[in-house]
Amino acid sequence: MFPRLIGYLVRRGIMLFLTVVIAIYMTIWIANMGGYVDEIVKGDLYLSISQSVRQNPAYRHLNDTQVRELVDALYANELKKIGFDKPFIYRSFIYLRDAISLNLGRALWLSSNSGSKNVYMIILERLPNTVLLFTTTQLILFFIGLFAGLFLSRRYGSIPDKLSVMLAPLSSLPGWFYGIFLILIFASSLRILPYGGMVDVPPPMDSLSYALSVLKHMILPVLSWLIAYSFISIYSRRTFFLMFSSEDYVEMAKAKGLPEPLILRRYILRPTLPPIITDFSLTLIASWMGAIITERVFDWPGIGSLLYSASTMFDTPVLVGLMVIYAYLLAATIFTLELVYALLDPRIRVGGM
Amino acid sequence: MSLRVKRFFEQISFYKSAVVGLTIILILVGISIYTIYTIPYGEAVMMWRAGEQQWLSNPRNALPLWVNIFSSKKLPETIILDTIKPRLGVSKAIVPVLDKFSQVRIEFSFEYQYDDFPSELNIFFKSRFNVSAPQLTIYWVKPNGEKYVLNAISISREDRYYISNDDRLAGRLKELISAKINRTIGYDAPVTLLLFAEEDSSILDPSTAKVMKGNYKLWIDGIVFETNVDVDASLIVYGKVYGWAGTDHLRRDLGIAILWGTPIALSFGVIASLSIALIQMFVGAVSAWFLGKVDAIIQRVTEIFMILPFLPILIMISTFYKFSIWILLLVVIALSIFGGGVKSYRAMFLQVKEFPYVEAARAYGAGNIRLIIRYLIPKVLPIIIPSIVLSVPDFVFLEAALAILGLGDPLAPTWGKILDDAFANGALYKGLYYWVLEPSIMLVLTSLSFAMLGFTLDKIFNPRLKEA
Repeated sequence: MFPRLIGYLVRRGIMLFLTVVIAIYMTIWIANMGGYVDEIVKGDLYLSISQSVRQNPAYRHLNDTQVRELVDALYANELKKIGFDKPFIYRSFIYLRDAISLNLGRALWLSSNSGSKNVYMIILERLPNTVLLFTTTQLILFFIGLFAGLFLSRRYGSIPDKLSVMLAPLSSLPGWFYGIFLILIFASSLRILPYGGMVDVPPPMDSLSYALSVLKHMILPVLSWLIAYSFISIYSRRTFFLMFSSEDYVEMAKAKGLPEPLILRRYILRPTLPPIITDFSLTLIASWMGAIITERVFDWPGIGSLLYSASTMFDTPVLVGLMVIYAYLLAATIFTLELVYALLDPRIRVGGM
Repeated sequence: MSLRVKRFFEQISFYKSAVVGLTIILILVGISIYTIYTIPYGEAVMMWRAGEQQWLSNPRNALPLWVNIFSSKKLPETIILDTIKPRLGVSKAIVPVLDKFSQVRIEFSFEYQYDDFPSELNIFFKSRFNVSAPQLTIYWVKPNGEKYVLNAISISREDRYYISNDDRLAGRLKELISAKINRTIGYDAPVTLLLFAEEDSSILDPSTAKVMKGNYKLWIDGIVFETNVDVDASLIVYGKVYGWAGTDHLRRDLGIAILWGTPIALSFGVIASLSIALIQMFVGAVSAWFLGKVDAIIQRVTEIFMILPFLPILIMISTFYKFSIWILLLVVIALSIFGGGVKSYRAMFLQVKEFPYVEAARAYGAGNIRLIIRYLIPKVLPIIIPSIVLSVPDFVFLEAALAILGLGDPLAPTWGKILDDAFANGALYKGLYYWVLEPSIMLVLTSLSFAMLGFTLDKIFNPRLKEA
């Protein structure tokens, strides 16, 4: 049993790693878009070099041809320094190697608040903000969905149950969209909550009021997601539990006269928990990346806003860096889940289909 | 077939939410057809992108006309008086004097019965002369007979005078009125207020200033040192309401984008969700049918695409190429070919594949493609129709989301574009709610209608949960 398990995990691990490698390599190609970004970078570089030469008083005595020669030389030198003298196909593999070893390089234009141009530092500075906001949101959503779903599945056809079915279509509107209205009501009309951002300006000095300020700024974004996604998550959990409630072993437990809470815990919740946990962890990871518009609407300084500014500024290293971090996070999550299931759930046939 | 369709509608009509959803969808389709026929796409794009010149006579950031019905305070509509289109209250006379010069007199008069001040006040001139430019003096007469000289100017052949932007005039009027009421106006009163307000103590505070209702006059006296000249002028008193949808910061009629947003949103949403479902289903069917190497390759590719985050990749692609909305649609579809759906379709087909009728078809020698298209896919199709309908809103909002990030189609007038403009110009800070609300209401209607229909279809096609 045990060696087979390890063999399986190693195989899955290698597969996942290969998947990540190929995904990152594709990202590098998409990010470069057939040399399009290269041209922009080169153009900007040439412009800034020629400007700095022309403005430098030390070169004032040079005539036009000499200036051009000097600029060309400096430009070629600079290109070599950032590795642009080699063809892209060659550079793409260097990028890949660096990306996989998490050596994410230096950003072209963006920099972190502390002034670092190191992509890894830039991302690391933003990641906690996103994780804070969306982990909070997803956790609240998860528990709302779980408990309300469980509750309603035991009261199929009751008024609250019908209400939850009726309200489910409200979730067809995304969170950022509700966000606009919350801003409109609470920030613009009532003026009791901030329009966006993460802390007051200037940020409070002591840590307690700092935390309170962050909390105040979190209310609207969290609320917008709760409004948008609670109904659908309650609806789908309820449906899911309903399907499991009609399994034979649940009927059997009922026939035995077991108390309701015990049936819920042992016969419904326990077998349904693995898929629910999987769902939760994948949504959580996805929300760290997929909340670009929410972050933009609320001006939240997280990964989403970083991705947006990186893509408007054509900052390829930052873009690739974000994808790399995301791919690694997702792959690590999937691997952990598989490990946990292989250990816990005897029904998962290790090495099977 | 017609019987099945009839029975389908009978079943649908059983559910109120589906009836509501379907009705809204039909109305939206109606709006789309009307829009496509009355405003051709090219014209709409041209009007939307032509810049401010096209819309010069519209007020800026005006509310929709119908807000006046609900408000006790009547907001002004735009008043346009033009000597080229003579009507009551417009008069023009050009008289040659002594064969040496010409005297010009243009007179505009209009009723102003609104409760709020106009947003802007401009005069546009068109004149014909040889060398000597017309010298004009412009006068303003309030309903109480008070007369002010606005300005004395010399105009070129195509000229304009932005009365409401004339800061010198504002300063002069403020002093004159302050002297008259013996109190000083202590704030930067705009020209429009000074020219239209009651001249008593209420003018001392912008929140209490009242409009003097009645007949206003603007006249232009001029002289040109030539004969055979012509001067035309048009006075525009910009209101604060316009059309059924209002205007934006570039004076554009929002109605155009609201109307054109409908067919764009519907077709984007429906085409994307339908074709992605069909393609993913086909890929899933192929994967489940052939198994072996084909299956392995498809599954690995799908896993790669699952590792790549969809929206960031899409954002990357649309920043680098400013795509038109239809190419963007193709990119969205292309990125979804190996999306997560492939996995669940494959699981469905693995079950369907074992059904006896598939076995039978294979026994009589049906080919692989025929089996997939004629036997496997039709079996699964009804089950996934609800999810196709349900995912339409996702793509409608995807377009809006890209527009909000400034990555949508640079030309097309869409709901997302209006939202983007509204955000970029601080509509929420300035309280211009209609600007945000109008496209939002359209988005809400569209997605709710599809969602309500989809949830009902889910109940009809997947009756597992009906009893229980």
